[in-house]
Amino acid sequence: MTDETSDILVKMRGVKMEGRSDETWSPIINGVDLTLKRGEVLGLIGESGAGKSTLGLAAMGYTRDGVRISEGTVEFDGIDLLKASAATKRDLLGKRIAYVAQSAAASFNPAHKLLDQHVEGPVQHGVMGRNESAQDGIELYEKLRLPNPDQIGFRYPHQVSGGQLQRCMTAMAMSCRPDLIIFDEPTTALDVTTQIEVLAAIRDIVDQFNTAAIYITHDLAVVAQMADQIKVLLKGDEVETADTRTMLAAPTQEYTKSLWAVRSFERPTKPVVQSDAVPVIRVENVDAAYGTVPVLHDVSFDLHQGRTVAVVGESGSGKSTTARCITGLLPPKSGQIMLDGQTLPADYKKRTKDQLRQVQMIYQMADTALNPRMSIGQIIARPVEFYLGLKGKEKRRRVDALLEQIELEPTQYYHRLPSELSGGQKQRIGIARALAAEPKFIICDEVTSALDQLVAEGILRLLARLQDELQLTYMFITHDLATVRAIADEVVVMKDGRVVEQGPKKEMFKPPHHPYTDLLLSSVPEMDPDWLTNLLNERGVDNIGDAAVDKM
Amino acid sequence: MGSVLRIILQRLALGLLTLLIVSIVIFVAVNLLPGDFAESILGQGATPEAVASIRRDLGLDQPLITRYFDWLGGVLQGDLGTSFAQANFATFTGTDSGATTVAAQIAPRFANTMFLAMVTAAIAVPFSIILGVLAALYRNTVFDRATNIFTLSSISSPEFFLAYILILFLAVLNPIFPSLSNIFEGMSFGERLEKSMLPALTLTLVVTAHMMRMTRAAIINLLASPYIEMARLKGLSPMRVIVKHALPNALAPIINVIALNLAYLITGVVVVEVVFVYPGIGQLFVDSVKIRDIPVVQACCLIFATAFILLNLTADIMSILSNPRLRHPK
Repeated sequence: MTDETSDILVKMRGVKMEGRSDETWSPIINGVDLTLKRGEVLGLIGESGAGKSTLGLAAMGYTRDGVRISEGTVEFDGIDLLKASAATKRDLLGKRIAYVAQSAAASFNPAHKLLDQHVEGPVQHGVMGRNESAQDGIELYEKLRLPNPDQIGFRYPHQVSGGQLQRCMTAMAMSCRPDLIIFDEPTTALDVTTQIEVLAAIRDIVDQFNTAAIYITHDLAVVAQMADQIKVLLKGDEVETADTRTMLAAPTQEYTKSLWAVRSFERPTKPVVQSDAVPVIRVENVDAAYGTVPVLHDVSFDLHQGRTVAVVGESGSGKSTTARCITGLLPPKSGQIMLDGQTLPADYKKRTKDQLRQVQMIYQMADTALNPRMSIGQIIARPVEFYLGLKGKEKRRRVDALLEQIELEPTQYYHRLPSELSGGQKQRIGIARALAAEPKFIICDEVTSALDQLVAEGILRLLARLQDELQLTYMFITHDLATVRAIADEVVVMKDGRVVEQGPKKEMFKPPHHPYTDLLLSSVPEMDPDWLTNLLNERGVDNIGDAAVDKM
Repeated sequence: MGSVLRIILQRLALGLLTLLIVSIVIFVAVNLLPGDFAESILGQGATPEAVASIRRDLGLDQPLITRYFDWLGGVLQGDLGTSFAQANFATFTGTDSGATTVAAQIAPRFANTMFLAMVTAAIAVPFSIILGVLAALYRNTVFDRATNIFTLSSISSPEFFLAYILILFLAVLNPIFPSLSNIFEGMSFGERLEKSMLPALTLTLVVTAHMMRMTRAAIINLLASPYIEMARLKGLSPMRVIVKHALPNALAPIINVIALNLAYLITGVVVVEVVFVYPGIGQLFVDSVKIRDIPVVQACCLIFATAFILLNLTADIMSILSNPRLRHPK
């Protein structure tokens, strides 16, 4: 190792940051130190609201509107970014410090072609000419294993898939060969099989150009693959920093340990369903289409009382469409949905109130699923009144009981608005609203995917408890296999609108698998820092992720 | 492109339908005006016989529906009818100069109005967009506020007031432009331009605020989007961020406001025409209403409606084309 590589690239000391809300400044980051050497990758982890993105942007000398750095210093390669003029900073940004955002689809300008956006940095900074930079872009696309590298740059962002866009963005960040790249949750929005490809591509290219990076994520297993060092943040404070292997093997702080322990939640296995039992919901040979585009092909599975069936698959595999068929929102083209052995009318408008009551839904985005103008009491009271016909005091008693069931104090929450609750609490209200109808069967559509791991675990435990108490049946739609492991009794794997494999959880997590199930399982990052390296060695780059899906 | 073409055809068909409905509304509304040409031309001393005879000559004694379909049939064949006033004048003098058709009467006036509208648009549209971009770039600064105050005060003042102020400063105190815009056939382009400069400037003041503020708002609306943050983090200059990254995505609302204002320039400039004695279609329209010269009134209304529909159609199509998702489907 030469002297140059041991140079310190980023030095942040005692950085305090504040955010503006309601005319006052409140602290976001309370004095964090950060040191990054050339060519090194630092993982920054924490829950949402921990200030990881804010800190990552501060390392670029950038703050979003309504945020300021109130104290401390930020130095990049000896340049004081807080004292530097706007022009000096502009000269560094894009050229020596680059940024890869969480949602590539939102962060590429929809009005310009990818390659035009790629060459903009080098041309504006005077690093390369347009043609040279375009040529270089095509080479980078090739290095990042994008399909048709010499064509893809001439497309508009909306014409390219999410995983490919994320790699295009990484290529764009590389366009000036920066010394530092900030990766802000670059794979959070992607499916597991897509994520693994992007991870491999990012790691490879950062290695090749010896670029230093700050990798921001909430996913420990991901950061374990990418980072040399990990820094854990909690509500604007640093919890601990250590190199990756030490951190994974022996975390010292309680909070870090609790993060590690989230994945240990697993429910006991239930006895096998008797073969003559009538399923609560039976999906039988369902075909469905949006307009003339077929979406589901011959989907069949059973859901038994008191059981959880996890439906897994990537986005676009037909999981949510199946749910829409069961609820009657999308009448199937053929096949039928049965409730307790009775065929349900295909269209929800033709179902009786009692049939409607039995099938309830909890949504992914609690934010948008709750009416922002209604109080918590009104939200839960509505189905109580509609389905059970309760009024006045009785109604209030029922709502209070429901709030207690979801572990929220009724007197405290009854009059609040959804905007006054945290994400996890909102999701609990969603659960209470579903329970208010006293259903047999609840569809949980990605209910934990928008939540932090600790909060998500709380929701999963609550759902498990309610199931045991009320003998509920869940259909659990998810793409997160860790969630499946935690809560499911049976698993249905879907791909391209078909069920490719189904069975009890135990069997699903044990080989032999259907090749697609195998791919899904193998794509879930593990806490072992050598996991990605081993997997790549074992299978080769062409046999992981979407590339492997395409081969099927 | 197939889908864009289909949308355009759909809009065109809808536009035609709208025009048909508008023609009915115009016809009925105009015929609801109290009094008719016969009464207004004969004045106080009108005998019932004379009124009836003029009505018979002009076909005013026919039922409304018959007259509507006669008129519509004529319009569809490009015949807007015969101006009552001109026909009356022609029979009175015994000459038939061929200028009695509504089309012949309206055509030069309409050309003048279009000329003024185009001159105004050529000044006002770039001016407002540039002003809007600058206001967005220097938002919440003195420049931004001054721009807002200036454009808002000019839109809030009556048009004739603005016109007289401009005449005072640009024609009387500093004689740069002529205060009368009496243009006529055979003038050179340069002369026409010079003559119509003051009305054009007045109209510019009237329409700028709307377009400038929409440009500013549409751009600022986008400044919080992730791709703008990305552009900033690429180290681009603030001007480039706005012009290259925000403006192309803000075009749809701006185009719509421009279309509305252009439509106003064609249809709503009577006051300015009167102040500058500009021989445009607005004056003709008002005069024709006064003497109940119904064919001219109807034709003017129809032209105004067509202008509105066509401009809105163009705006729709351009908004669609400004969206790359529709221009380049997956």
